[in-house]
Amino acid sequence: MTNLLTPTKETASANSTLGAALDRIDGPKKVTGAATYAYEHAVEHVTYAFPVQSTIAKGRIAAIDARAALALPGVLAVLSHENAPRLVATDGAEMAIFQSDAVAYHGQFVAAVVAETIETARQAAQLVTVHYEQQPHEAVLRAESADLYKPDHVNPFYETDTESGDIETALAQAAVTLDQTYTTPAEHNNPLEPHTTLAVWSDDGAHLTLYDANQGAYRIRDTVAQAFGLAPEQVRVISPYIGGAFGSKARVHPQVVLAVMAAQMVRRPAKVALTRQQMFSVAGYRTPTIQRIRLAAGADGKLTAIAHDVIEQTATIQEFAEQTALATRMMYAAPNRRTTHRLARLDMPVPAFMRAPGECPGMFALESAMDEMALACGLDPIEFRLRNEPQLDPETGRPFSTRGLVACLQEGARRFGWQQRDPRPGLRRDGRWLVGTGVAASTYPARRRPSSARVRVESDGRYTVAIAAADLGTGAWTALTQIAADALDVPLARVHLEIGDTALPAAQIAGGSMGTTSWGAAIVEAAQALRKRLHEEYHDIVPAAGLEATAETGDNPAAQQFAMHAYGAQFAEVRVNRDTGEVRVPRLLGVFAVGRIINAKTARSQLLGGMTMGLSMALHEESVLDPQFGDYVTHDFASYHIATNADVGAVEVAWIDEDDRHVSPMGAKGIGEIGIVGTAAAIANAVYHATGIRVRDLPITLDKLLPMLS
Amino acid sequence: MNPFHYERADNAAAAVALLAQSPTGTFLGGGTNLVDLMKLGVAQPELLVDVSRLPYDRIEPLVDGGLCIGAMVRNSDLAANRTVRTRYPMLAQALLAGASGQLRNLATTGGNLLQRTRCVYFQDASKPCNKRVPGSGCPARAGYHRNLAILGASESCIATHPSDMAVAMIALDATVRVLGPHGERIIPLTEFYRLPGDEPQRETVLEHGDLLTAVDLPPLPFAVHSRYRKVRDRASYAFALVSVAAALDLDDDGTIRDARIALGGVAPVPWRARRAEEMLRGAPATEATFRRAAEAELAAAQPLPGNAFKLPLARNTLVRTLLDLTRDVTDVTEGATR
Ligand SMILES: Cc1cc2nc3c(=O)[nH]c(=O)nc-3n(C[C@H](O)[C@H](O)[C@H](O)COP(=O)(O)OP(=O)(O)OC[C@H]3O[C@@H](n4cnc5c(N)ncnc54)[C@H](O)[C@@H]3O)c2cc1C
Ligand code: SF4
Repeated sequence: MTNLLTPTKETASANSTLGAALDRIDGPKKVTGAATYAYEHAVEHVTYAFPVQSTIAKGRIAAIDARAALALPGVLAVLSHENAPRLVATDGAEMAIFQSDAVAYHGQFVAAVVAETIETARQAAQLVTVHYEQQPHEAVLRAESADLYKPDHVNPFYETDTESGDIETALAQAAVTLDQTYTTPAEHNNPLEPHTTLAVWSDDGAHLTLYDANQGAYRIRDTVAQAFGLAPEQVRVISPYIGGAFGSKARVHPQVVLAVMAAQMVRRPAKVALTRQQMFSVAGYRTPTIQRIRLAAGADGKLTAIAHDVIEQTATIQEFAEQTALATRMMYAAPNRRTTHRLARLDMPVPAFMRAPGECPGMFALESAMDEMALACGLDPIEFRLRNEPQLDPETGRPFSTRGLVACLQEGARRFGWQQRDPRPGLRRDGRWLVGTGVAASTYPARRRPSSARVRVESDGRYTVAIAAADLGTGAWTALTQIAADALDVPLARVHLEIGDTALPAAQIAGGSMGTTSWGAAIVEAAQALRKRLHEEYHDIVPAAGLEATAETGDNPAAQQFAMHAYGAQFAEVRVNRDTGEVRVPRLLGVFAVGRIINAKTARSQLLGGMTMGLSMALHEESVLDPQFGDYVTHDFASYHIATNADVGAVEVAWIDEDDRHVSPMGAKGIGEIGIVGTAAAIANAVYHATGIRVRDLPITLDKLLPMLS
Repeated sequence: MNPFHYERADNAAAAVALLAQSPTGTFLGGGTNLVDLMKLGVAQPELLVDVSRLPYDRIEPLVDGGLCIGAMVRNSDLAANRTVRTRYPMLAQALLAGASGQLRNLATTGGNLLQRTRCVYFQDASKPCNKRVPGSGCPARAGYHRNLAILGASESCIATHPSDMAVAMIALDATVRVLGPHGERIIPLTEFYRLPGDEPQRETVLEHGDLLTAVDLPPLPFAVHSRYRKVRDRASYAFALVSVAAALDLDDDGTIRDARIALGGVAPVPWRARRAEEMLRGAPATEATFRRAAEAELAAAQPLPGNAFKLPLARNTLVRTLLDLTRDVTDVTEGATR
């Protein structure tokens, strides 16, 4: 029997490292530069492609003059809709570059230069002249727009709207009500490693190899194969190391297609790496949101109605409907409820997944509103949440597989010293600084998806575990090795892991915080199968040729019976300068209920990183739109601010004991995204407590506080 | 990036002569601004004359008691210099408030003074910008101008000068030594920068081929009581929304004998606050005085919707910095009499 099947820790074997704070096994390779990222793979005769981007947001290309570019020594080809290969099928129009003369957003690839060096390619790209027939564009998301529409579903397949009971009547009859609108700006994922693809065709054109920075090699493979009319087996995607993604590498973006086309045109390998500036138009981003929240409560502080109406944007050419109100469907009990999502189709780049899509912006609104409502009800914000804790999932009526919200709030309150808090705003001063504290709840769905894995043992007792998982910098290399060693009941050093390659068994992408649960479940099953075979067929003696077993997991049947979510409580202390409105966050605490922790060190890093991104969202991150151009004009890290070390104070991460075998055989839930959820609300709530000023529009920059401070 | 020639000059005269022959050529300091602009296609020099290794890398006392700072002195070395730290603290503080440790290790004094605006349109070669392409228009006025000027701007350009160091230097009445094709000259920093007017592409009085060789600081004894306060959108590694460099000289009775004040982040040039200085001289060092001085200086401001917040921000920051300085000065005098 594996340790994973024995629920109590006491019986775990000496070989189990589950829960231990182990260093990353890929760490030494990364710090010595030996870990090869997509751009670094050395191939012979490589060429470089550099895109030309549209300078209009809507219209058509009237003419392309590539003569000057082609005349430049070292230029091999200029691609555009005039000569590019036709794609067979696409996963959305964003990737369908050079297929027509239509321009649908500013920054769209309209041409590209392929050259001997990256410098020549970039220079030549400036020499390509594109003439446009420009049409008026619409780039601004407006709540009052007449063209808002209801999508068929929201990402990835949730109902667009839900409604039960009677909101209006509940609001009309309630002792306390709230009706407020919260807004969040467009934000760009900005992983440190830019989006990069190296495409290598075999001489006969029958096989294509991609070295690519992505969140799931199989998804890239299948999409590319389909697009270029190849069988999936003709394409191999290799992605062992990824320098961050945050959702932006989950699907094929234009640079993948460009690399493949370029290599095809010049019959040599081709490399594309987006510049930081280019990443602001073709690599996805989070839609801005306009969220109206209405709450009603009785004099007892029990909610009678919760309504969350979301307005957000998508592109004209491809729909992405962020599931912003999703968490509101199950966070708190109330008999009357409603959530809606409406989209504006704009002449803008295609939004996509970014750091907890849905939960992250949605919980900023809901948890800010909960704070306001608690005050209106005269209740402590933690007490208010406890009073509205549901026993069953309010919308589906299903039991929760585990629900640790109350435990997180209570443990957080204890650690943070919440009990001593005076709820009145604007009272605490330290020199020129106003000081306050805030709390917010956090949540993220706990899911897993089908995956497959292969485990092999050699006669010398070494094991190889193969699965096309992806480590985005998250710690998957380490966590999966631990899961395998535990399931095999062998020392960690005997397990060799292989990931990030479509030559390995197919697996779920690293997305939706489903990586570890999905991959871990497949590895555990394959390990069990191997041990069973070894025992039953070989009496525990490994044959000379070695032995292997594979497993393919299906959908998790528990998903039909239980509401499965991770929870957390976020606490923040903030200081606001009375003269300038500068906001500092000296302290954050996050307490999470996320199932069993596989590796305490990498888990802490995930949660800490998420909270830091939440702080960044609260105070800094904003992609500024210039409506005249239909372009996000903040194109670099000097203008698109992300929190620096100096912005991040003490960040304490804790978790409560939880073990949820409904979610995964390890008892673990995903931890990739929950860390960012709720942080911004905790900070906004703390800003209110410090100053008495409620900022409902992220980010909380000093200009939003200054007028009310003086 | 366009192909370019690279030359390393052996001496200053050779550097100037090299550049004189190349109308689109330019000097290369640490390259932390210029190389970025070259990658973006904003700067397209055909020749780079690397002056970073010319022997102007020293910080030396001047006979009048001032300090001569070589134009190739790195920002980090200047910030760490003992004389600068003790006698001109605002300058050390300004340097340390700028960029990052890595960048300061490369950035030179000359390059810092001549860095270009961070206006997002200036840096995007696909967009119009009067500073980059004269006559093409200024999209910032109707577009994104949160970081741009409220003072000294023109119809044609509202960019801000991004340097922190220059703000402290202009407050200190620094002068710049220039070696040009026709010999050496000395220019007060207050006359070095040009307001945009209808020629925003001309940012200084320098002519093509002029090489900065040094910055001289006058003795200014009361600069020992000086401060640089930078307000920005995050705690570090961001350009100033507003910054204040100030030095105060107080009588024993708290009357202001003299003051030096400059503002950053509010104008196309590091902004010497002469009106405020005038109002302070002879007045009591009180919050009310400081407020009147700040308001006088900012009276000419012409904020736009996206940067109007800079007006109260500049006022508050100036008042608070002067109050803090007053406390610094009195603490020291009280300490001495005790
Ligand atoms: C991410 C980032 C953040 C930054 N943040 C800040 C900040 O907060 N505050 C701040 O003040 N600065 C900041 N900077 C700017 C930085 O200070 C400047 O880039 C640097 O000071 C320029 O110096 P350099 O020697 O590298 O100049 P270069 O890039 O080499 O040159 C800049 C210009 O000066 C000219 N030049 C250089 N030396 C001479 C000379 N001796 N004579 C004549 N002309 C010369 C060059 O031709 C060029 O036009 C930041 C920069 C970056 C990239
Ligand atoms: S403010 Fe100046 S630099 Fe910015 S776009 Fe206008 S002209 Fe160009």
